[in-house]
Amino acid sequence: MKKLRFNRSQLCIPYAVFLILFVIAPLFVILYYAFTNGQGKFTFDNFANFFTSTNTLGTLLYSFAVAIVTTFVCLVLAYPTAYILARSNFKKKYVLLLLFILPMWINFTLRITALKEILSVIEGNIAAYPFLNSVIGMTFDFLPFMILPLYTSLLKLDKSLLEAASDLGANRFTVFFRITLPLSVPGIISGVTMVLLPSMTNYVVLDMLYNSTYIMGSLIGSYFSAYDWHNGSMISIVLLVIIFIVTLVTNRFSDKDTDARRTIL
Amino acid sequence: MGKSENIIELINVRKVFDDETIAVDCFNLEVKKGEFVTFLGPSGCGKTTTLRMIAGFELPTSGQILLNGEDISRLPPNKRPVNTVFQKYALFPHLNVYENIAFGLRLKKVENTYVNKEGQSYTKKQKLTKAEIDKKVKTALEIVDLEGFEKRSVSTLSGGQQQRIAIARAIVNEPEILLLDEPLGALDLKMRKEMQIELKKMHERLGITFIYVTHDQEEALAMSDKVVVINDGEIQQIGTPTEIYNEPVNTFVADFIGESNIFNGAVVGKLKVKFCGATFNCLDDYEINQLVDVVVRPEDIKICDPKEGQLKGKVISSVFKGVHYEITVGIGKFEIVIQSTYTADVGAVIGLKIEPDGIHLMEKVYTVNKYDGTITKNNAVQFGDGEFECDVTQLYEGSHLDEEGYLITAQGEKIDLTGVEVNVEVDTHDIQMSDDINAGGAQGNIISMIYKGDHYRYIVRTEENEEDYVLSCPDLWNTGDLVGVIIPKEKIKLTLKPAESN
Repeated sequence: MKKLRFNRSQLCIPYAVFLILFVIAPLFVILYYAFTNGQGKFTFDNFANFFTSTNTLGTLLYSFAVAIVTTFVCLVLAYPTAYILARSNFKKKYVLLLLFILPMWINFTLRITALKEILSVIEGNIAAYPFLNSVIGMTFDFLPFMILPLYTSLLKLDKSLLEAASDLGANRFTVFFRITLPLSVPGIISGVTMVLLPSMTNYVVLDMLYNSTYIMGSLIGSYFSAYDWHNGSMISIVLLVIIFIVTLVTNRFSDKDTDARRTIL
Repeated sequence: MGKSENIIELINVRKVFDDETIAVDCFNLEVKKGEFVTFLGPSGCGKTTTLRMIAGFELPTSGQILLNGEDISRLPPNKRPVNTVFQKYALFPHLNVYENIAFGLRLKKVENTYVNKEGQSYTKKQKLTKAEIDKKVKTALEIVDLEGFEKRSVSTLSGGQQQRIAIARAIVNEPEILLLDEPLGALDLKMRKEMQIELKKMHERLGITFIYVTHDQEEALAMSDKVVVINDGEIQQIGTPTEIYNEPVNTFVADFIGESNIFNGAVVGKLKVKFCGATFNCLDDYEINQLVDVVVRPEDIKICDPKEGQLKGKVISSVFKGVHYEITVGIGKFEIVIQSTYTADVGAVIGLKIEPDGIHLMEKVYTVNKYDGTITKNNAVQFGDGEFECDVTQLYEGSHLDEEGYLITAQGEKIDLTGVEVNVEVDTHDIQMSDDINAGGAQGNIISMIYKGDHYRYIVRTEENEEDYVLSCPDLWNTGDLVGVIIPKEKIKLTLKPAESN
């Protein structure tokens, strides 16, 4: 009888099949739709549409604004939290960390619904503050993704470097700005990538907050639900390219450190 | 005058971690300006903690650290004119060599004196100019022999080069004291030897006071003006390398510094000591009948004709070590290690001679183990983190136990001994160790072993309250072994504690 021979590289076959079926094949389908019209003829019209329509460009700008403000707010909230958590000598700090990560374990729909109720109580008509609510919703959703990478990179920070800096005459502020902050840049970058990109497209949050404004995700959704596969696909392709560029740029940044976090690429 | 020469002084410094672990205790030390002082001890002895207290990374629990007569023990590290070379260099990975070295200089402010228009002079605190920083960094790189490395990233440097940059980064600030925490520990042997010589030269050239931490006794002896031998958080001996080597104050120092033969001996007459079955002349004056530890360095034992020797023995082994032979000689049940440029055939009978100045006596520290104990309800005794069976009738002369376990004194009085506090004494040779950790009344790890010619002296320390059992045993165990401590019932000597006077 012939023996079945297994090779370690064969272990990746299931994932490769999955990848081909659900990622690479759809990508080609999107590419096909993006560059054809309703008659199935090759065209650049959809591409031209994207960059001439004030609607798409406006939405792109708005999405950027929401994403950048969200990322900034997340960073401002997460950094001190991660710093305190990583530096505290409190023996049960994992419990504290858990408290910050815990929202990730709670169902997304439930969380946003709860947020909606709270915002309604505070703001009255929540539809009146679309931008603010978008940022609040996104921040609420993505904050743990900012805390975790920051926490890991601050925890990894060699304490003797901080001691060395203060030994050389640096006070607490100088130690922070000259040593801690520069050395936590990889954590900041991976946190930023993990918040910035999803918050450009995650329109479910906005939908659930009765938000009338559009971000890129909602735009694709609306084209698809109107059976306009061609323009919807083109937006997806443009978004893909933007994400690719952002990732490339941030990775170039963190490449300076030998142990750059390659969480995305 | 003598007082002001001390650049740094540690007075009764004590450091306790987490309210229980005593890292450093009763630490008193004076360091003179320009001295090369080495803290030497096994790992975990508290030498690094002491260094960190001088640097300011740890605050002493009690005691004072005086720098030029001023108490600095509460100052943060950035306010102390002291710089450290870290064990793992701690170079800033995001800065290049130049920026690493310039780090301290950029933060430094110096007082410059100017003369204003009216001709009055005034001082101003100013940062160093770029040109000044440039010049100092360049000089520092020259001192460590790494000119031209300014632009290199620290991660591209070898271990030895990183070490030099770490030294340059510290000395560029012209500290009053340079602290070095096992700086050569991560280098290979050859590199280490080279750096030892360079550090020594640097010390002579810069005139800065060096405080150096190491566990390598050879390094300590080769480099220092003054060696501080530390064990268990306490200073064992302070002295010059020759003093430490030639006149160790106790068996720990003798055993830790260099090779040595350590024997149990007894003083049998004026300047006469008996060990290994023979009597020798010595130079240390102790009372007659005093039990002593005798330390003889291997190189102080001379081989001679069996007829002329003070001792006669059979060669067990002879190993060539480059400069000398290391010869082990069996004399009865004792073993002696000798270093000699002459070899001897295995099995040959040779004579040994020891000159009086080669014999060092020290008062025996451990002859008996003493504990505070309590009698339990089973008429056993609890001490040293364990419970041992014992003979409680020895507490009252002529007493015996009745069937219920009460003690009946000679007068017929009935006593319940439960909870009675007693003094416990056990001789070192009455304690045994066992692989079975539950075989005896207590258990602990072997934390120290010293060979005494015909037996080893072990210290077993319990985990719970760190109680020590000192014992003698002819068999070889390993330090770190977890063992059960067995004490035969009849060997435990109990005495009642005197009634409290208050």
